[in-house]
Order: sequence, then structure tokens, then C-alpha cells
Amino acid sequence: MSATAPALKIREPSYINAAYTAKSWLLTTDHKRIGLLYMVAITFFFFVGGLAATVVRLELLTPQGDLVLPETYNKLFTVHGVIMVFFFLIPSIPTTLGNFLVPIMIGARDMAFPRLNLASWYIFMVGALFAIVALIGGGVDTGWTFYTPYSTGFSNTQVIPMAIGILIAGFSSIFTGLNIIITVHKMRAPGMTWFRLPLFIWSMYATSLIMVLATPVLAMTLVLIAVERTFHVGIFDPALGGDPLLFQHLFWFYSHPAVYIMILPGMAVVSELITCFSRKPIFGYKFIAFSSIAIAVFGFLVWGHHMFVSGQSIYSSLIFSSISFAVAIPSAIKVFNWTATLYKGSISWDTPMLYALGFIGLFTIGGLTGLFLATLPVDVHVTDTYFVVAHFHYIMVGSAVLAYLGGIHFWWPKISGRMYPEWWGKVSAITIFLGFNLTFFPQFIAGYQGMPRRYYAYAPEYQVMNVLSTAGASILAIGYVLPLIYLIWSMREGEVASDNPWGATGLEWQTESPPPTFNFAETPIVTAEPYQYNPDGTFTPQTTLSVRQIKKEVAA
Amino acid sequence: MTELHSTSVGPPVAHHFEDFEQEHEANMLGMWAFLATEVLFFGAVFVAFYIYRSAYADIFKEASRHLYMSIGAINTVVLLTSSLTVALAVHAGEHKARRLMVGLMVATLVLGLAFLGFKAFEYYLDYQEHLVPAFNFAWEGANPAQTQLFFVFYFIMTLVHALHMIIGISVLARMIWQARRGSYDQDSTAVELFGLYWHFVDIVWIFLFPTLYLLRQ
Amino acid sequence: MTQQTSQPTSERTAHQAPALRTYYLIFLALMLLLALTVAVSFVDLGAFNELIALAIAAVKAVLVILFFMHVRYSSRLTWVFAAAGFVWLLIMVGWTFSDYLSRGWMR
Repeated sequence: MSATAPALKIREPSYINAAYTAKSWLLTTDHKRIGLLYMVAITFFFFVGGLAATVVRLELLTPQGDLVLPETYNKLFTVHGVIMVFFFLIPSIPTTLGNFLVPIMIGARDMAFPRLNLASWYIFMVGALFAIVALIGGGVDTGWTFYTPYSTGFSNTQVIPMAIGILIAGFSSIFTGLNIIITVHKMRAPGMTWFRLPLFIWSMYATSLIMVLATPVLAMTLVLIAVERTFHVGIFDPALGGDPLLFQHLFWFYSHPAVYIMILPGMAVVSELITCFSRKPIFGYKFIAFSSIAIAVFGFLVWGHHMFVSGQSIYSSLIFSSISFAVAIPSAIKVFNWTATLYKGSISWDTPMLYALGFIGLFTIGGLTGLFLATLPVDVHVTDTYFVVAHFHYIMVGSAVLAYLGGIHFWWPKISGRMYPEWWGKVSAITIFLGFNLTFFPQFIAGYQGMPRRYYAYAPEYQVMNVLSTAGASILAIGYVLPLIYLIWSMREGEVASDNPWGATGLEWQTESPPPTFNFAETPIVTAEPYQYNPDGTFTPQTTLSVRQIKKEVAA
Repeated sequence: MTELHSTSVGPPVAHHFEDFEQEHEANMLGMWAFLATEVLFFGAVFVAFYIYRSAYADIFKEASRHLYMSIGAINTVVLLTSSLTVALAVHAGEHKARRLMVGLMVATLVLGLAFLGFKAFEYYLDYQEHLVPAFNFAWEGANPAQTQLFFVFYFIMTLVHALHMIIGISVLARMIWQARRGSYDQDSTAVELFGLYWHFVDIVWIFLFPTLYLLRQ
Repeated sequence: MTQQTSQPTSERTAHQAPALRTYYLIFLALMLLLALTVAVSFVDLGAFNELIALAIAAVKAVLVILFFMHVRYSSRLTWVFAAAGFVWLLIMVGWTFSDYLSRGWMR
């Protein structure tokens, strides 16, 4: 059965056409519009962070420091890190696709707390404002990690505005996570049991757990940093009895789980894409669902692997090292299940699928090199080299950004009501995949040979790898600019999308494209498991009924 | 902003909820989730404090003896009493006793202000004894740096707690105004939510009091 | 806003909350525990001072959470939410102290 119930669709104005004024966007409580507000904001920050990366790559084209001053270089990589981590990657999928899709996928009219949702966007923008003020005021040179005592006692840059900006943006992240958790618990449509939830929701839920439980620790840590820097009282200063490692513990208690805030949503998107474009039910639904929760929980137990060479207790390091290997298990479960889903599937090569396949490949490389780094002696050898840089870019850029773009393409017809140009989509997916590998694979080699990170100049023997890397970065840049252009173009000129262009099973595809303000004309009743795809292209949607229909039938 | 719609039973609910039960449970769980983040927010500074306390046990004990335990104890009584009044206010709200509820909310407000008053007075005494880091800290005894660390944590922890009190009191003042006009007659969820928050702030103090004032032997 | 004569909801919520007497008893218990913890602080019991002070604080907190905050009468989900923050705090305490206790930084 592939038909959808006509009763779920009564032509109301879509959420985009409901009103046109600026006020109707800036004061909206519609989760879909808030998702778009976030999308505009983080797209801006993505290109700000990207600009800083561009200058970094240009500087590294030659071994000498000839383009920028060393101080400027320190600020550039700090800006790149801070902006990309806190103002792009952490909010990326949860606040855009998450905001847009979570209520629709579970058959709700909105998030549980629509006003809190809007407030979180404004809080994010206030935090962003502080960050911009810090940049205009001269930037920050501490690295995105703000290690003490440098950040509190020595750096002459705008540490405090930046710390306040991150603290404030952190609260927006907490509120988004809180909203998603309560929405998933309390707003599910009739029939949407936990094991009928799309895997996107499971991963979003796991992400939100981390946002809610880890972010407050970062907030307090930044308060302590601000106090120490302002009053010179030595909370983490060894000269005044403090311990700099305590800062690192508190910082990584948040920032390691934060890595999973960035990657779990990527896994969320890919789980949807792989099964839809293989026309097969997902392999091992429960394993993927529980592995998301396992990653969220294990993620809290391994932060010390960032501190292997810091001087922390060797016994602690051993424990942190062994638990770090444990995180590989749920991650590998996901990769195996995705590959098993592909096996004998009827695969189509649409743009979202290209992104999803790219994700799997890059995530595998990023994950396996993570195991190198979890291994205590190997980590001691490659700490603070480009090997680490390459590793986390494979996860945070290769995986997370590819998943984000794949998701944007997949749900673009639902978001905008238009199709993106397929040919250009494929070009961008392939360009990004190739450009990415050319940029970052040489960094594994340079790093393993010993090239340290965060230096504006380097020994001449690393130049070949760096030239390759910079060449790759220029290809990557083209790959990123392409979707920006053709997606905006398609909003007016793209082919009008049908309600379910991919023949997908989720509730979001059973309503209109774009959906009306309250998502469904009537509350849907969920009648089927997710991902019931057949190889011949047919499928069973998750709903064919609405509450009102049932009532009518009972009355009859 | 959000329009309300009526359901077959119970007070009107916001547009995106099916019924009052769903809205009520969502609101309560939302507050609990928020309090979980607060546990970790305060938890971080408690962990930092106890790390240093374990390292400098004797120095911190000596420093702790310079705090006014009597004021701390009185404030604990004040805050625990305010927890009782707010619990009774929630109870009154559920039983539609508006006047009683407003009275108990006012009592909570007064107790909250009393707490802040005592706290401010204590800060004043600390200031007079040159115990305020970054302003006038002066320590005659041994290990001034580590002793200052104790007072840095004392001020950060109590000030962050006091900030939570101030936020609570401001919200409560507005809610008393609303309650007098009967805004919570049909649906007292807001009072319940406030109660949860207030009890949590009380719990923080329940841990702050022994942590800062009592570990002196 | 839709005006409506509503059913009293007290019946529904009343069974979720304790009787008034319970509140007074809990308050009394909290006061006694406070007196106890202050009294103990004047006696030198070595390492037990810390242990007793924190144990009493924990008991007080649990009383407030169970009775004043109604967790005792709430759904299992509320129990999980109420516990989650503290469980995660234990992770932070345990793992952080595992470093300090085995590093020899604390003399």
C-alpha cells in the first residue's frame, strides 16, 4: 500500500504562506519557522568560521610564516574553532532539522514549549552577538579550549566576551534539548510507541540528553574562568593554590560529550537516508536505537582521553583509555547495521544518498583513527599533531557536515516545497567528498610524521602534504558554496515538490509540502512501524488514519 | 501568543496540547529536566570545591571557622520554612483556596527576602573582617593563597545561590499579583512549577550549609 | 481565550499529593536534622564529621524531593528525571576524584 490518507491533507496555507511580515517570523512560535531562523544564523556562522579556515590554509601553503603574523594566526584558528564548534556544529542539526522534524515525525502540532523554543533562538543570537563583539574587539587567541592559566592570566585578548557568548549560547542549547526531550515523551501521536519512533528521533533524544546534562557544567566552568580572569583570584592558578588540570576536567566533562552532540544528529539523519534510498527496512532497528543512547551515556565516561599528556594520574589514563574503546562498540553497531541495510537493497543514487554514503566512509575513517588516539601510547606519540586535527575533522566535518547537508537535501522539498536541482546536488556531494579527503587525509600523514598543530610555520619537509591539503580546501570551499547558491535559487525557481517525492514512510511525508502551521489537518494515528520499504518501490506509510476518521467510523 | 482551546474536561489548554493532563505533565517534566541541568550547574562548582578541600583540608577547616555559622543556621531555618510555606501554597492552589494560597505565597516571599537580608548582613561582616577576595582580602595566618581559595568558592557558591533566590523572588512577586486576580483559580500548574524551583534552591542551600559552614573540625 | 466552566481538578490532583499532616511532619524532621548536623559539627569525630554532615544533608534533600516535591507520589518517569541529574553528578565526582586520588596531588 502506498497511498496516503487524503483526510490528513486539507489544503490550508503552508507555514511559509501563513503570514509574510517580518514580525510573523521574528515572533513566531512555529517550530518550523524557528528551525529556519536557526538555519539562517548558523549558515552565517559556518561561512565566518570557514573564512578563518581559508586564511589558515593559505598561511600553511608555505613553511614560513609569510601571510599573517603569528599572533593573528593564533586568533584565526581560535576563531575557526570557537565559531565552528559552538555556533555551527553544536546547534547545526538539532536546532534546524531537529526543530523542524521532531514534532512532525511524532505527529505533534508543535514542540512542547513553543515560546521557550523561540526564546532559545534569541538567547543564541545574544550569545552570538557577544562572540561577534569579541571578534571585532580583537579576537581570542587561546584556542577553542580556553586552557588555564593562559586564558585567565596571560592572554591579552577578548576572552571574557567570548566566554560569556559561549555561556549564553549554551543556555539556548539546554533549552532546545529540554524541549526535544519533553516533546518526545509527551507529544507523540496515538499509536506512536517508542519502537515505532523513527531512528532520527532516538538519536535526537540521545543528543538532547547530552545537551541537558553536560552544558551546565561548561556554563559553570566559564563562570569560574571569568571570575578568575576578572579578579585574579587564582581558581585554577597553581601559583595561588589552584590546579589547571581541574579546569581541563570540567571543560572536557562537557566538551567530550559535546563531540557526540555533533555526531549523533548526523547518525540520526543517515539512518533515515540509508533505508529510504535502499528501499529496505532498516537492519537492526533496536540495535541502532539503543546504540544512540549507549553513545550518549558512554560519552560521559571518557573525557580523560583528552588529558593523557596533561599530567593526570596514569591510572586514570588507563581507565579512560579502556572505556574509550567501549564507545567504539555502539558506533560500530551503527555502521554495520547501515551496511547490512544496503546489502541487496535497491539503491538509488540521489543526492541525499551520496551524502549519506560519504558520511559512512568518512565516519569509519574518523572513528577508526579515534581508536589510535584512545590507545594511550599511540596518543602520547601523536598528541597535538595534525593526526589529531585530521581525526576530529573526519568526524566533525567529514561526518557531521555531510550528514547535515544530506539531511537538508532530503528534507528540502518538505521545508521549501521545492526540489533542489538534482544534477547540481550530485556535483556538490561529490565535490565535497573529494575535496574533503584531499584536505584532511594528507594531515594524517603529516601528523604521524610529527607536524605539530597550532603553529603558523612548519619544517619544510611537511610542505608537500600541506600544499595538497590547501588544494583540497579550495575544492571543498567550492563544494560548500554550491548548495548555498542552488538551494536559495530553488526556493523560487525549483520544481514544485510533491508531498512525498522520495516515497518515504515517515509522518512528515504524509502531510503537505510545505506543511501547514500545525503540521497536520487532523491528529494522525500511527498504524505502522517505520521504514516499511519494499524493493519494488512501494511502502507502507506510518499513518493512514486520523483521530477524526476513527471517531466518524465509530459513530457510524 | 498561543491561543487556548477548550477540551471536554479541565481548564483551557494551549493549542498544541490534546488535553489538560498532557499539558500539565509536559510542564512538570520540563521543570524537572531543567532542575537536572541545575544539579549539574551547581554540581560543577561543588566538585571543584571538594577537590580543593580534600587537598587543603586543614587550611579550609581553619577558614571555615571564620564564617558565621549562626547566621548560616538561621538562614537554613528561614529557607526550610519557606519550603514548607511554598509546599502549602501548592496544596492550597490545588484545593482552590485562593486567599490561603496568596497568603502562603506572600509568606514565602517574605522569608526569601529575609534570607537575602541575613545573607547581605553576613557579607557585610565578612567585608569588615577583610575576607572578601579581590576587594579587601587580608589574612594574617599561614597559607593565605589557599585560604583565599576557600573564600573565593564561598562567595561564588553563595552568590550564585543568591542569584537563584533573587530570580525566584522576582517571579514569585509577579505570580502573587496574578494569583490575586484569580489567574491560577482554574489551573495552578504555575504555582506547582514555581514550588519545584523553590524547593530545588532550598536543596542547594541544604548542601551549601554543611559544605561551607560545618566542616570545621 | 476560551472561557469555560471547568470541572474541579482537585480530585484528579489531590491523590497525587500528600496530606497536610505529612508536610508538617517532614518540616519537623528537617528541623531536627538541622539541629543534629549543627550539634555534630561541634564534636571532633575525625573523618566522620564530613561523612555525617553530608549524609544528613543528603537525607534532608531526599525528604524535600520525595515529599515537598511530590516525587513519592509521581510517575516513574518523574523519578527518572529527578534522579538523572544526581546520577550524572556522581559520574563527574567519581571520575574526577579517580584522577586526584591516584595522582598524589592531595598530600
